[in-house]
Amino acid sequence: MQLIACPWCGPREEVEFTYGGQAHVPYPDDPAALSDEQWAHYVFFRDNTKGRFAERWNHSAGCRRWFNAVRDTTSYRFQRVYRVDDPKPVTP
Amino acid sequence: MSPRIPGADLPEHPDALWRNPEPKRSYDVVIVGGGGHGLATAHYLAKNHGITNVAVLEKGWLAGGNMARNTTIIRSNYLWDESSGIYEHSLKLWEGLEEDLGYPILFSQRGVLNLAHTLQDVRDSVRRVEANKLNGVDAEWVEPDEVRKICPVVNTSTDIRYPVLGATYQPRAGIAKHDYVAWGFARRASEAGIDLIQDCEVTGFTTQGDRVTGVRTSRGDIAAGTVALCAAGHTSVLTDMLGIRVPVQSHPLQALVSELLEPVHPTVVMSNAVHVYVSQAHKGELVMGAGVDSYNGYGQRGAFHIIERQMAAAVELFPVFARAHLLRTWGGIVDVSPDASPIVGRTPYENVYLNCGWGTGGFKATPGIGWALAHTLAHDEPHPLVAPFSLDRFVTGALVDEHGAAAVAH
Amino acid sequence: MSTPFRTAEGGRIDRATTLQFTFDGRSLTGHPGDTLASALLASGQHQVATSIRLGRPRGISAAWAEDPGGLVQVEEPFPEPMLLASTVELFDGLVAHGLPGQGRLADVPDSARYDAVHHHVDVLVVGAGPAGLVAALGAARAGARVALVDEQSEAGGSLLSGTDRVDGVPALDWVADAVAELARHPEVLHLQRTTAFGVYDDGFVLALERRTDHLGAAAPRRVSRQRVWRIRARSIVVATGAHERPVVFADNDRPGIMLARAARTFLHRYGVLPGREAVVFTTNDSAYDAALDLARAGVQVQAVVDARPAGSPQRRAECERAGIRVLSGSVVTGTEGVERITSALVAPFTDGEVGAASVIPCDVLLVSGGWNPAVHLFSQARGRLRYDEVLGAFVPGEELDGLAVAGSAAGVLDLAGCLADGQRVVRAALSALAIVPAADDRLPSAPEPVVPAAPLVLWRVPDTSEAHARTQFVDLQRDATVADIARAVGAGLRSIEHVKRYTTIGTAHDQGKTSGVLTSGITAELLGIPVQDTGTTTFRPPYTPVAFAALAGRDRGRLFDPERVTALHDWHVAAGAVFEDVGQWKRPRYYPQPGEDMETAVLRECAAARTGVGIIDGSTLGKIDVQGPDAAVLLDRLYTNMMSSLKVGAVRYGVMCGVDGMVIDDGTVLRLAEDRFLVLTTTGGAAKVLDWMEEWVQTEWPDLRVHCTSVTEQWATFPVVGPRSRDVVGTLFPDVDVSTEAFPFMTWRDTALDGVPVRLARISFSGELAFEVHVSPWYAVAVWQRLLEAGRPYGITPYGTETMHVLRAEKGYPIIGQDTDGTVTPHDLGMAWAVSKKKPDFIGKRSFARPANQDPRRKQLVGLLPVDRHTLLPEGSQIVEFVADGELPPPPVPMLGHVTSSYRSAELARPFALALVKGGRERVGDTVHVPVNGTLVPVEVTGSVLVDPEGARRDG
Repeated sequence: MQLIACPWCGPREEVEFTYGGQAHVPYPDDPAALSDEQWAHYVFFRDNTKGRFAERWNHSAGCRRWFNAVRDTTSYRFQRVYRVDDPKPVTP
Repeated sequence: MSPRIPGADLPEHPDALWRNPEPKRSYDVVIVGGGGHGLATAHYLAKNHGITNVAVLEKGWLAGGNMARNTTIIRSNYLWDESSGIYEHSLKLWEGLEEDLGYPILFSQRGVLNLAHTLQDVRDSVRRVEANKLNGVDAEWVEPDEVRKICPVVNTSTDIRYPVLGATYQPRAGIAKHDYVAWGFARRASEAGIDLIQDCEVTGFTTQGDRVTGVRTSRGDIAAGTVALCAAGHTSVLTDMLGIRVPVQSHPLQALVSELLEPVHPTVVMSNAVHVYVSQAHKGELVMGAGVDSYNGYGQRGAFHIIERQMAAAVELFPVFARAHLLRTWGGIVDVSPDASPIVGRTPYENVYLNCGWGTGGFKATPGIGWALAHTLAHDEPHPLVAPFSLDRFVTGALVDEHGAAAVAH
Repeated sequence: MSTPFRTAEGGRIDRATTLQFTFDGRSLTGHPGDTLASALLASGQHQVATSIRLGRPRGISAAWAEDPGGLVQVEEPFPEPMLLASTVELFDGLVAHGLPGQGRLADVPDSARYDAVHHHVDVLVVGAGPAGLVAALGAARAGARVALVDEQSEAGGSLLSGTDRVDGVPALDWVADAVAELARHPEVLHLQRTTAFGVYDDGFVLALERRTDHLGAAAPRRVSRQRVWRIRARSIVVATGAHERPVVFADNDRPGIMLARAARTFLHRYGVLPGREAVVFTTNDSAYDAALDLARAGVQVQAVVDARPAGSPQRRAECERAGIRVLSGSVVTGTEGVERITSALVAPFTDGEVGAASVIPCDVLLVSGGWNPAVHLFSQARGRLRYDEVLGAFVPGEELDGLAVAGSAAGVLDLAGCLADGQRVVRAALSALAIVPAADDRLPSAPEPVVPAAPLVLWRVPDTSEAHARTQFVDLQRDATVADIARAVGAGLRSIEHVKRYTTIGTAHDQGKTSGVLTSGITAELLGIPVQDTGTTTFRPPYTPVAFAALAGRDRGRLFDPERVTALHDWHVAAGAVFEDVGQWKRPRYYPQPGEDMETAVLRECAAARTGVGIIDGSTLGKIDVQGPDAAVLLDRLYTNMMSSLKVGAVRYGVMCGVDGMVIDDGTVLRLAEDRFLVLTTTGGAAKVLDWMEEWVQTEWPDLRVHCTSVTEQWATFPVVGPRSRDVVGTLFPDVDVSTEAFPFMTWRDTALDGVPVRLARISFSGELAFEVHVSPWYAVAVWQRLLEAGRPYGITPYGTETMHVLRAEKGYPIIGQDTDGTVTPHDLGMAWAVSKKKPDFIGKRSFARPANQDPRRKQLVGLLPVDRHTLLPEGSQIVEFVADGELPPPPVPMLGHVTSSYRSAELARPFALALVKGGRERVGDTVHVPVNGTLVPVEVTGSVLVDPEGARRDG
């Protein structure tokens, strides 16, 4: 069970958080302009990276804020957490 | 000498299981992933289609992924026609598998109860039972007193947090011994001349236009006529190498086992509302699955609060389990698709076939998907049973949404 | 009752008190401080059970959790399966019997309590042996917050088994001082009888404290029997010691054969002699201590059999002084005896060759094949193991962040070394935490260790025949032998995981504590590869078995999941309501009057609402207060219909979809002000919808100036429903003009009742004239009762969810989650009117344009009327094409859809249903079949609105 560093509250138990999948998948500017395939990719397709993965978390039983994190999906270790309005960190 | 404990003894494995050959330079078919699906596909390629110039590449030890880690529940009582089609075909194969493989796979048709705890559970259950009947799948709705007759240790008191309002019952469902199943397929495939290559990790693909010409592996390059991806939780690692996007997410899924106990639990019980699925395996151990850990993870382990919650649910539904002991926990990697149905079929590469997204349903599908995928590879055309599970359903919107409707995982 | 093997003195037992217990039906005695195992041995009983597959007698072979032989079932005070005699502390009245490896569960529920505690520390030390105590003292003296947990009943670890001295005093005196000092540090938590069984991420350790088991029937009922400690440690020191490893030889499973250290433990800690005539078989120096101690205690030590060609010159001299024969370059090749060993077969062992055996009589055979560091927790933390050629064991092979291994768990096997290692490791841990060691943190002294002769790594004595290999037991609990491993390797298996599964070695109760490394060694030997390449199977939690109930803790019964009840719950109970679980809520389903079943009660309740007036507690409806200048923008984006055009004071029904275009929730929206809306959701969808709003606002549209707050619990809600509802509401709120003109449908008004603010809304989920009354839950009971009073002249009738469902279904109003299943669009529900064509986009809109959404065969919500005007279709029933001969064809039978809701209607005087049917709206007027209990029931497809389709009743 992880100790997750909420950017707003500090380290808290994993049970306080909910997972939100891949980060930096913006809602399309104009969905109507997308092909069915492009739209399907927005709706259903997410990266499933083995290794460092930028993803969304919500401190749902705490401050209820969404934030982003880079986490290694093999070791589960968080590399860093950052606010949703921060740019995606460059990871090696 | 005291009398033997019933069930404590497992049948012996055979003296010979498989060869450990060096990989050849080229095969007609390369199956990536030596788990249950890959091995079953290899077996049926040889048996049904006479195709034996085949390699099964396994990055670790054969059947060491989800095949070795699942809770071995076999059933076919799925809601939608497409799902019950493939799972019922699989169940029929299970019923003859011991003979086919010549291996004591301990397939035990002890039935499965899917409990209903809310009025909506009841509606969903009846809906599924009625659909099963019309699809020729054995299924019935049973009231709480019948639940108690089928599995006396279920708490059917009305005085619990979520009382049991009834259950669906599939008598032909059951369990089998996972390693025996995998090894049975492996032995038959190996006997047929198919090469099972362990410690052989695929590190890349060689391509020419829209064809894959071979795989790069930790044991050298291997040319391939046709490639089948049977890598479950690691599918995305392979499709990323090919530049194919596949809508699956890999999650940790934990399971656990107790010590050996005298028989108390004669069937398989599953509950979604009070999240439990449990059977008492052949030697007497209670085998249980836990919930899926929420985050993506390839670590084959999960968080302990999932196990604690699982234990709370188990003791709530089975009060006699209180002083059973957790002996071992472990985790697998389930590849979950958006509609909780598998993704099988063509890819943008004309000679690469995909088989993934089985989530928690992979084990029970093993013979069925092996059969259908072998057919698909042999005929270069998706078998009718897997055709509805194509990748393009996510574009058209014609999903086979099993979690919304069937409301039963695993 | 006699205890012939109890020593005259010594041991850490309370000889002044005698405890009675029963084992296998025999009445026996022991003392406080005994374990069941030591008490059995004191009575001369080694055999505990027979083995699971072969029925061979098996006995106590170790003094703690690594024992594969002593499995017992406790019967009194409460049945518990599969415990180890070596770990069950003796208490008065214990009733137990031996088990061949399969336990029995109680057939009555366990009434004991279990709980869990969270604890946070700087340093967690696991194990209170010499290394662990030094580490805990070092951390405590430095002012760190410390937890020290140890699985035994008292601290000391290996020191409890011997005669060591520390700081010039008997080691256990030093232990007592250390424990006393730890108790003086306020920031130290010291728990004995507490097993750290799992290591998880970020310093999270699970430990099980056995709080009352040792008290037997005297255990206080109000104290939890066992407690799970969830410890979050910044740094973990693993000082869990080492398990002695046996050597495998033929017939190595007979009762009376035990690990050498265990014999010392039974002697020194429990005052018990394991036998009268001992043979000691070893590959290393440590077992000589057992030989010498037993000899000193009066045991006839027949021989020390040392597999090493030159043995140990130093220890040989000590033995000779004590009159003990040492046979170096020799091995035990087999044993004799049935229920107890009677002799050992000892043969010369030269260059791997075994010579002719001679027979040495004995009643106990002590074995030592070296030591396996207890690396379980390190390995659980995903530390890599390294095979140590000298020890013949796997040791920690890397440094981990936040977890370090000290003492014999790290392969340090002498006392002075363990003390020093404990200090070294804890200082490194403190340093990483920037905590400075105390100036007075002194390393205790121990005698300079004698450099031992090099151990020999010997997994098994070479088998002299095939028959031998079949009784060379590797895993006693699984009756698995060297022959089984040989078969596995012969079958083509190379991976240790395959060997484990083929032989089942390591899968039993002890999870391979003694057999695991042996299997790696023997497999490597058979394959001719290095042991490092074979490796180990994976170490998984828990370290030792943990009762399900302990992990369930308090989350059982009513506490399994919180029950949510409304402010009126007590009133509902008093009114005799039958409840339904809706999400976590308890909702009244109906209120039966004496003699009524559900059907009659619901027909009565429905009739009241359709012809007079009814009232329902709708407080569970989700309510979200959406405020801010951009509140309307947010709702326009999330609802399929337009919310920004809603006027203040008005109400609008809305539908919400996921990005996939499927309906996820519905409800009414009240515009309270230009910048403020009250959003009502379904009962089950409340939390989900709030989360949904927050997710979009925070992650996609942070520019929107809007805040969303749950006010579900801040408003009690009572729909007053029926043609006479205006009279009731008008009577109770005389200041409100309740006429249709002044208070039209889909508007709301604020008012007050005796100074209590009340909001009224003309919303109807039944098609009847209706007023929703919203009030603070603090006044809910009073307002509800005032409404009942005001309604008494009109026969106001409280009704539950069942009646609500019937009323809404008669009007064709869907329930999201009942009439939908995540695959249904607003169009499928016939709600195209609720999908804005003006808005350029909203969540889900793009998905409506996908090919599958254009399919005319999509399932659509329709009504169904059984033609016989009598049959109530079971909800969930499937629908098939009309079959002319009324006989269901053989499967597969194509399905058209299913019945989502089905009721008897007082209004229609017949049963009816709602259903999702392929191309349903095109099929209105068709007759189709519904299989019900084996017969085909003809039903007519109708529109979904069956009562008052023209909407004439909503204004009364």
